[in-house]
Amino acid sequence: MKLSYFAWVRERIGKAEEEIELPPDVATIKDLLVWLKGRGEEYAHAFEQAEVVRAAIDRRHVRPDASIAGAREIAFFPPMTGG
Amino acid sequence: MTLSPPEIERYARHLVLREIGGPGQARLKAARVLIVGAGGLGSPLLQYLAAAGVGAIGLIDDDVVSLSNLQRQVIHGTGDIGEPKTTSVARALARLNPHVRFEPHATRLMGANARELVRSYDIIADGSDNFDTRYAVSDACFYEKRPLVTAALGVFDGSLTTIRAHERRPDGTRNPTYRCLFPVPPPPGTVPACAEAGVLGALAGVLGSLMAIEVVREIVGFGEGLVGRLLMIDARSMRFETLTYDWDEHNPLNGVNGEEWGVRSEK
Repeated sequence: MKLSYFAWVRERIGKAEEEIELPPDVATIKDLLVWLKGRGEEYAHAFEQAEVVRAAIDRRHVRPDASIAGAREIAFFPPMTGG
Repeated sequence: MTLSPPEIERYARHLVLREIGGPGQARLKAARVLIVGAGGLGSPLLQYLAAAGVGAIGLIDDDVVSLSNLQRQVIHGTGDIGEPKTTSVARALARLNPHVRFEPHATRLMGANARELVRSYDIIADGSDNFDTRYAVSDACFYEKRPLVTAALGVFDGSLTTIRAHERRPDGTRNPTYRCLFPVPPPPGTVPACAEAGVLGALAGVLGSLMAIEVVREIVGFGEGLVGRLLMIDARSMRFETLTYDWDEHNPLNGVNGEEWGVRSEK
């Protein structure tokens, strides 16, 4: 599955996208966030306020409880505030 | 609204467009647009809307021009340092286009004055630099039934969307609210601000100019705007991605519990 990261989530993780094999028990966006946080300090930093970061499955915004079954691409994008 | 001969010459490149033409230019002249913030986003937005002949442009900003603004806030100049931004913008717009009526509001948009300010304009464009203002603006636009063009900047990133939460899609479903995408403001300190993190100056120009396109489109009506779509721009590797988003029945404005929340927020 392809994961892509935007804005300060990308800045903190240090890459724009990656291909990843997910363990079978990762069923929802929320599960995926928990799993990602365990992948290293940079991920833990990026998702420390996980509820603030929004997700899109195949370019469609979804809620954190959405199932990721069948997803080809999941994007994470946080709110920004600069003007 | 009729155009004078100098206006016809000034707007000639818009008037020849089938998508704008005489009727579109007349709509621009009749339009009242409120801009929140004369910063990195607001600068090109103000310039292009004034150049396009928007009849009345309101600006809310209580800040003064500082030297560190000038790297991206291109409507202000070195000679404007220390002046209120509303004063600097008044001069810039008068130089650009004398047909534009400029309405400065040297104040901060907050819950208390937000709805009143928003109500007297046809469309709002938010280029503010903090979440308190962003949520106050989008909530006020929701309750006053005004379209909102809203953009934000990160260090190398920008986002842009258009909200028409008071209307429905052709299939009868509601258009999304800003809070369908970002339900509540992030806790203070969790999202880096430009002041600390820095921002690529020309990126503000890109996003501010795109905001101007959205505002002109909303006034004139052509093509397909960003209602229900969020444009994300990554200037680090030049990725331009568009995500779609829908009305969320759990959103705090007009979701299943929204009415109660709305009544509370009126007080």
